[in-house]
Amino acid sequence: MERSGELFGQFQNLDQQREAASLGMWVFLVTEVMFFGGLFLAYAINRFTYPAVFAMASRQLDVHLGALNTCVLIVSSFTMAMAVRSSQTGKKKQLIVFLILTLLLGGVFLGIKYAEYAAKFHHHLVPGRAFRFPEANGDVGIVAHAQLYFSLYFGLTGLHALHMIVGAGLLIWLLTQALRGRFTPAYNTPVEICGLYWHFVDIIWIFLFPLLYLIDLHR
Amino acid sequence: MSDHVIPRRVYAAILFALLFLTITTYWVATINLGPLNVVIALTIATCKATLVVLFFMHARYSPRRTRLVILAGLFWLLILLGLTLSDYLTRPFTGHL
Amino acid sequence: MNASAPAPALPANSYLNAGYGIRSWLLTTDHKRIALLYLASVTFFFLIGGAFAGLIRIHLLTPKGLLVSAETYNKLFTMHGIIMIFFFLIPSIPAVLGNFLIPMMIGAKDLAFPKLNLLSWYVYIIGASFALFAIVSGGVDTGWTFYTPFSSLYSNTAVAPAAIGIFITGFSSILTGLNFIVTVHTMRAPGMTWFRLPLFVWSHYATSVIFVLGTPVIAITLLLVALERLFHFGFFNPALGGDPILFQHLFWFYSHPAVYIMILPAMGVVSEIVPTFARKPLFGYHFVAAASMAIAAIGFFVWAHHMFVAGQSPYAALVFSLLSFLVAIPSAVKVFNWVATLYKGSISYDTPMLYAFGFIGLFLIGGLTGLFLATLGVDVHVHDTYFVIAHFHYIMVGGAVMGYLGGMHYWWPKITGRMYPELVARLAAVILFVGFNLTFFPQFILGFLGMPRRYHSYPPEFQVYNVMSTAGASILAIGYLLPMIYLIWSLRYGKIAGRNPWPATGLEWQTDSPPPTENFEKTPVVTWEPYDFQNRPDLGLSGPEPYAPQGAAVAPSPPAQD
Repeated sequence: MERSGELFGQFQNLDQQREAASLGMWVFLVTEVMFFGGLFLAYAINRFTYPAVFAMASRQLDVHLGALNTCVLIVSSFTMAMAVRSSQTGKKKQLIVFLILTLLLGGVFLGIKYAEYAAKFHHHLVPGRAFRFPEANGDVGIVAHAQLYFSLYFGLTGLHALHMIVGAGLLIWLLTQALRGRFTPAYNTPVEICGLYWHFVDIIWIFLFPLLYLIDLHR
Repeated sequence: MSDHVIPRRVYAAILFALLFLTITTYWVATINLGPLNVVIALTIATCKATLVVLFFMHARYSPRRTRLVILAGLFWLLILLGLTLSDYLTRPFTGHL
Repeated sequence: MNASAPAPALPANSYLNAGYGIRSWLLTTDHKRIALLYLASVTFFFLIGGAFAGLIRIHLLTPKGLLVSAETYNKLFTMHGIIMIFFFLIPSIPAVLGNFLIPMMIGAKDLAFPKLNLLSWYVYIIGASFALFAIVSGGVDTGWTFYTPFSSLYSNTAVAPAAIGIFITGFSSILTGLNFIVTVHTMRAPGMTWFRLPLFVWSHYATSVIFVLGTPVIAITLLLVALERLFHFGFFNPALGGDPILFQHLFWFYSHPAVYIMILPAMGVVSEIVPTFARKPLFGYHFVAAASMAIAAIGFFVWAHHMFVAGQSPYAALVFSLLSFLVAIPSAVKVFNWVATLYKGSISYDTPMLYAFGFIGLFLIGGLTGLFLATLGVDVHVHDTYFVIAHFHYIMVGGAVMGYLGGMHYWWPKITGRMYPELVARLAAVILFVGFNLTFFPQFILGFLGMPRRYHSYPPEFQVYNVMSTAGASILAIGYLLPMIYLIWSLRYGKIAGRNPWPATGLEWQTDSPPPTENFEKTPVVTWEPYDFQNRPDLGLSGPEPYAPQGAAVAPSPPAQD
């Protein structure tokens, strides 16, 4: 495919290209909504069936770390939005600063997540043969249902973390391109669409936080 | 979409709104409201998501087609959750579970 | 035909000779070449799936089973289903004909994301490799439906590789659907408004909506099954508090719309063929376009009709039964409109039209029997019997495969520049039709009489129908082999087709056969309505009685092209 400037050969003009890229990313995000949706459904059914055990199990999580991570991601969404804005207004240095900030905040999130996972391993809360749940007082059913909760915890947050890692990779790529001065007000499509992806990952966490961490704080 | 440069103060306002809502949801979760807890938590989360979609993701300034895509995604997620739950939620009425 | 050209010749430069060597094919971003890559792949898997079918039918010649053990039989029907559904039917028309034609039909140079298109083929190949690995590791015995807890816990077969393979291939579908949606929204030529789009494009747009909304759900579901097998997660394991019905909800949420993925593109093919060979615009264009979208949408609301006897709440079952009746309505609208198109048309019986007729009749039977199954009381009797098998084979083989073959014959001249041999092709179509009915009609009777599906043996009183069915299958096999032979033959010896051999009215017929890489020398500007057979003097078409074609202004403007 030929490139004239930034225009790819199958498109007639830059506007069409940008529209297509944006629509493409939005459609992709809808597929992600349905992908996570299956897990959210599994969560909903299981929480509906075992509300007490879910509450019990969720108290094993550190709600302060969860809340901190939520704020970290929200701020990173802000810095990402500012990065897109910088690319729209042609401010290359600002763009780079905000991309780096977003990347750093993403790194903080993943670091905190790693710490949480390490604690879970240490406390035998990973589903599988090593799973132990002393709060059940020997009730095998409760142990099993708690294991369900933690399967969902690891499934949801693990999938989310994977998406964040991909997002971090995209940010690194954007940084390398920004450093080369590739983005101008006329052509900032990659920044925009990576921004959309990053915000989506934030939105998933906005729902995960109350569903996993805030089930039952009032006991 | 690239044509719409949103003022910095709007972004800052959204940021503070999101942080405020996060604190609120944490605080409400510490009060025992029974089944209302999860309703309020999800409502707040939906508000936060809406702010991110409308402003950070520029949906407010996007063509109609983008908004159609977003609504379709939401609608289909609700179908998945709602119609499946209709099975589980109506089982008690059948007299056996 | 066109003008007074002497013997037509193949164009000097086309997408076929735009580059030589394996790299120019394996690294192509030309949607037409990618379509051919898919053609080779899906044909390969069709043969494998067909081989499994052949073994099943031979085995069922005798009541105690002729060929294999019960365990092996379970693997045969499972692999037949998995291969045919995920690696042949779902990609077939969209990835081959859709990829090839959609940019041309809308007047574009390529799809919106050509590199994603190539990636989607590679993703398909990677997923398919996992499936092949599952086959050579001894196969899977859970049924293509992977019901838990058998698939997640108890089966000792290659469930994880198969599940992972389907998971990966799902992304190929998602990328294709995404590409089609964005392309149709943003890359139409000037003047190509939504209601001037060929119905083939509408069908594929609707199919792409299903790809995008449904496939991710089966992806996560199979991922969960694989995780449960590998890491003992327990969502679907009753001993750990999990729920097998949850698996079924998640599985069918995709797998029901998947059947519309398989049929909508074939309906799109029929909507192209019937007007051409009736020399008349399609009756009720807007209704058919709307019906495609309605099928895609309502198709998402009916999944639990596969679960009527699984243990779900009967109130939910009521709702799903009603919705399943509703989804039949847009399909019926299409059938009525195809038939109405024939009224006062000038009908010719070329091979594509024979396939279209076959489609209409067989889809009708398959669709009506679907209503039997949607009826709660009847379903209790025929669920998990050969009635269900006959129903879905009427739709998927009598419908989708006929549509696929009809489309391959209809567009073969465009793709290759050559005509297939008409007489042999018509013969093959008839053989297919006869073989198909002989194979599957007895299965309706078997199911109604109570023969269960997925059983390696059966009571002796069912043998005569099983023998009929196997006899039909051998005729069907001949019907499939013939096109493979003569289509390849035609590549060398077929008559040169020229731009528009039928002639037909779409944009794809306005360019060379085979087309140049960029599809059109200059971007077309569209000023005519679809299927406007009466008012296209450039095609040599003006009817005996002028009438207003669907959706056109009273005084149609001449096309702006050469």
